Amino acid sequence: MNYESSRIAVVIFFAFVGSVLGLSFYLGKRAKSAQGYFAAHGQIHWFVNGVAFAGDYLSAASFLGICGMIATSGYDGFLYSIGFLAGWIVALFVIAEPLKSLGKYTFADALDSRFHSRGIKLAAGISALVVSIFYLIPQMSGAGSLITPLLGFDHTVGVLLVGVTVTLIVVTAGMVSTTWVQFIKGSMLVFFCAILTLMILNRGYRTDPGTPEMPFHVFQVRAEGEVAAQEGWTRLPEEGAWKGQPYVRMKEEKTGRITTWKRVDEKFVGQVQAEAPPAGVPMLAEAQTIFIDKDKKKFVNGLPQGKDADLYPVGHIARLPGGKTETGPLGPAEFFSTLDASTVILWSKQTIEDESGKTAVYVQNPTPGHELLLPGGGKFKGLREEGFTWAKVDFLSLMLALFCGTASLPHILIRYYTVKDRAAARKSTIVGIGSIGFFYILTVFLGLGAMTSGTLDFTDYNMSAPLLAKRFGELPFAIISAIAFTTVLGTVSGLIMAASGAVAHDIMANYMGIQMNDTEKVRAGKAVAVVVGIVAMALGIVFKSFNVGFLVGWAFNIAASANLPALVMLLFWKGTTKQGITVSILVGMISSLAWVMVSAETFEGVYGYTKAEAAKATLVPFGQPGIVTIPLGFLVLIVVSLLTRKTGTAAAIKARMDAGATGA
Amino acid sequence: MADEQTGAPPDGEHGAERNARIGLILFFVYLALYGGFMALSVLKRSVLAEAVAGVNVAILYGVGLIVAALALALVYMVLCREPGDKGPGA
Repeated sequence: MNYESSRIAVVIFFAFVGSVLGLSFYLGKRAKSAQGYFAAHGQIHWFVNGVAFAGDYLSAASFLGICGMIATSGYDGFLYSIGFLAGWIVALFVIAEPLKSLGKYTFADALDSRFHSRGIKLAAGISALVVSIFYLIPQMSGAGSLITPLLGFDHTVGVLLVGVTVTLIVVTAGMVSTTWVQFIKGSMLVFFCAILTLMILNRGYRTDPGTPEMPFHVFQVRAEGEVAAQEGWTRLPEEGAWKGQPYVRMKEEKTGRITTWKRVDEKFVGQVQAEAPPAGVPMLAEAQTIFIDKDKKKFVNGLPQGKDADLYPVGHIARLPGGKTETGPLGPAEFFSTLDASTVILWSKQTIEDESGKTAVYVQNPTPGHELLLPGGGKFKGLREEGFTWAKVDFLSLMLALFCGTASLPHILIRYYTVKDRAAARKSTIVGIGSIGFFYILTVFLGLGAMTSGTLDFTDYNMSAPLLAKRFGELPFAIISAIAFTTVLGTVSGLIMAASGAVAHDIMANYMGIQMNDTEKVRAGKAVAVVVGIVAMALGIVFKSFNVGFLVGWAFNIAASANLPALVMLLFWKGTTKQGITVSILVGMISSLAWVMVSAETFEGVYGYTKAEAAKATLVPFGQPGIVTIPLGFLVLIVVSLLTRKTGTAAAIKARMDAGATGA
Repeated sequence: MADEQTGAPPDGEHGAERNARIGLILFFVYLALYGGFMALSVLKRSVLAEAVAGVNVAILYGVGLIVAALALALVYMVLCREPGDKGPGA
């Protein structure tokens, strides 16, 4: 969709972002040493650090992606909230404290402190870099989505804007300022989302969610005869690619506008309206089309896309329980029970292609509310079936990867080093879990609110949350967009920090053995930050069509496959060898990355296949690699460790060093 | 660093070991809850569809998992003994 920017929204937006950046620069001036740049002098208060954990974690993906996913597939989006939070349990109970006492700056340091192996330094450095970049993609892409409705820019311009701003922040500041950015943004995000949730509950559900400022186009279901007999309209012949398709197309003679209608059965009609049509009357449901011609020109419903011809926003309830048209204010429990008994209109897409170009037809898809409030309502439809389905494995794999992923994320782990001791790290984590958990509960209300507020853009569901706020006025819209944008800035700067730390510290200084003093180290870190920023911008543009939450799920898969086996075994198995760790990191990372690259989702979203072609072309039966690649990492680590037991364990290395010391 | 594992005062070592054990127990408690949710989704989805006090089990269980994470984290904080709390930082 095209959007026009509103002046008040833009002013609030820039004021907000500007003040956060100003603060970041001010605080950043105080950090000069390498210790200060990478780890904030180890002196950040645990409460601030805890909220900053939330700030780091509640990225564009949590906010934009999960809301978008819940808005399109209900509970299946909420699974991400559950899994993302559960991951903190692994981080807190299993990894947090032992790690704090092992490391100095980065995850690689912690792994390496036992072994002093260059191989580990390299493998861990590369994995931190790959995971950070993979996690950066959705943040960048989300930023692009955010800029579009707010400032009216293209997605690509949005990505570039964020990339440049963030790279600037990182280059001029460091860990102290990113912590403060995260703290401010983390608190504001949770606070304003709570307010938005109250606004949703206070409004309740309506079958026509429109307001006088922002009317809603109510999609119709009508008898075929009625549609065909409209005055001033002619029926287009069903020829070429349209032959045999279930559509009726009408063209308005005066304007050239084309409306497309899908033939629907009695069941469909029964779901969306109370009174059944007379028997034997063929019924049609209004659809929307985007036609892209040979020259890439876009036509919406037959007219060139522009101010007067654009897609109608979607997302409404067709039927509320008891035939009501609005519910009035609802309590949290009623919010769910009412939706459970309602019928919601979701949208699905069909592509029709001929010599002149490609038409995407978006059709109404009435869905019972009770299906949307269960796992398997949207993305994981296979859960509904009895017996074995690949969707079930996919679901389990996702839940496993999210569970294991949090503790394996480089930019989360780095925060353990910014407080002074174990007790402070623990308290920080608890504050983090509290803020994040509360926020994730809010995501259900925001997501379901977006699903039923008539503001969704089905060409980009990542915008669901800010567009939902727009339903309640320009002010909430501007505030939520500004927070989301700062969210992106904060997360991205944290990630670029982690990536530049990995390269400057682990790969350049430790692996390649380049001697650098503090100033040079910081300079190298900054140079790397610029390169990482550019790579992330490019990928953010390539992965535009993906839900950003889904992309983060992939980053979790890769992080968990590469890092978790090494971390866990190092902490809990004395027989772990340096070769075992190095190989497991590389195998986990490469196998999960390869899996993602040959999955059906990538074939469709990146390589441009249609859904059917992608299903045929894919080399793996489901999209989430974790259930295969995480155990694979463990297995490889154990096997290699057993094979190299004599030389590689910490005890063997220590014995050798002691012997050397005696000999000298 | 490695010396912290061998060279910590006996008191601190004891506290850290105890904390680690409590952490693992709580981890397995949560794992059981989380695993239960996954098992129901895959094997007995109909249970998740049932309504308790107007809200279906899926929503209650999902929100419950989030609340349980915080509750267990608080239990952990209370149970952990930390001689190093007032001592010099690591």
